[in-house]
Amino acid sequence: MEGFGPTFGFYAMSALTLVSAGGVMLSRNLLHAVLFLIVTFIGVAGFYILLSAEFIALAQIIIYVGAISVLVLFAVLLTPRAGRDNGETKMALPGIFLAVCLAAVLAFVINDTNWATVATSPELTASSLGEALLDAWALPFEMASVLLTAALVGAIMLVRTPEEEAEDALR
Amino acid sequence: MSIGIEHFLIVGAILFCIGLAVALSKRNAIGVLMGVELMLNAVNITLITFSHFAVSDRPIAGHAFVAFSITVAAAEAAVALALAMSVYKNRETVDVDRINLLKS
Repeated sequence: MEGFGPTFGFYAMSALTLVSAGGVMLSRNLLHAVLFLIVTFIGVAGFYILLSAEFIALAQIIIYVGAISVLVLFAVLLTPRAGRDNGETKMALPGIFLAVCLAAVLAFVINDTNWATVATSPELTASSLGEALLDAWALPFEMASVLLTAALVGAIMLVRTPEEEAEDALR
Repeated sequence: MSIGIEHFLIVGAILFCIGLAVALSKRNAIGVLMGVELMLNAVNITLITFSHFAVSDRPIAGHAFVAFSITVAAAEAAVALALAMSVYKNRETVDVDRINLLKS
């Protein structure tokens, strides 16, 4: 990836993504953490566009920015007496230490490996992704729909109140 | 200067480690879930990076895997947040330090 545009785009998206991910870690208010999370999702979509995966970028915007972040915001707002602080447990220091160690190991591996890369990147369009999903990955594609249905039913079952369950039992 | 595969992989690794730190250290269960979402996004960046740069006879596989990964992440988020709501209804807290019913 040569030239000023992709270089500038890469560093801008890196700054946006990593700074807002740090905001998820550091902000004291849980609602602010969710808003930082949304900015992180948008930055990740920018990376997909830089890597010329436009369909995945749009799916990221629609599903993560549109749906999952609204779901997380609803969960925060529906637990009103649980406290809005985004504090750490007593296991915070070992967890952060583990994450830093993993970052060091991954950085070493990434720099040490001699990656075999292609000279010109392949043209991957939404239509080739659709063909692949309905041809080579037709079975996983169908199973994804079963998984989504199971998740839908499971989520409804989990959040029903005992009164609603008693009403259904009487019918 | 040019942007190569290492740059994208490093960003994915850092994002994964931030997500790991969030998931391991937050006290609120919804905060833990946000860390898991960050880790899933980091893995998706890495998959798309390999799909773009790596030598492969079928590079669209990375995109297909990311499409499935986003689907599973959506299902996981829905069920995990429903679990958090269910715990909140029973205990009036989503503090992972205080969800210790199985601790003797």
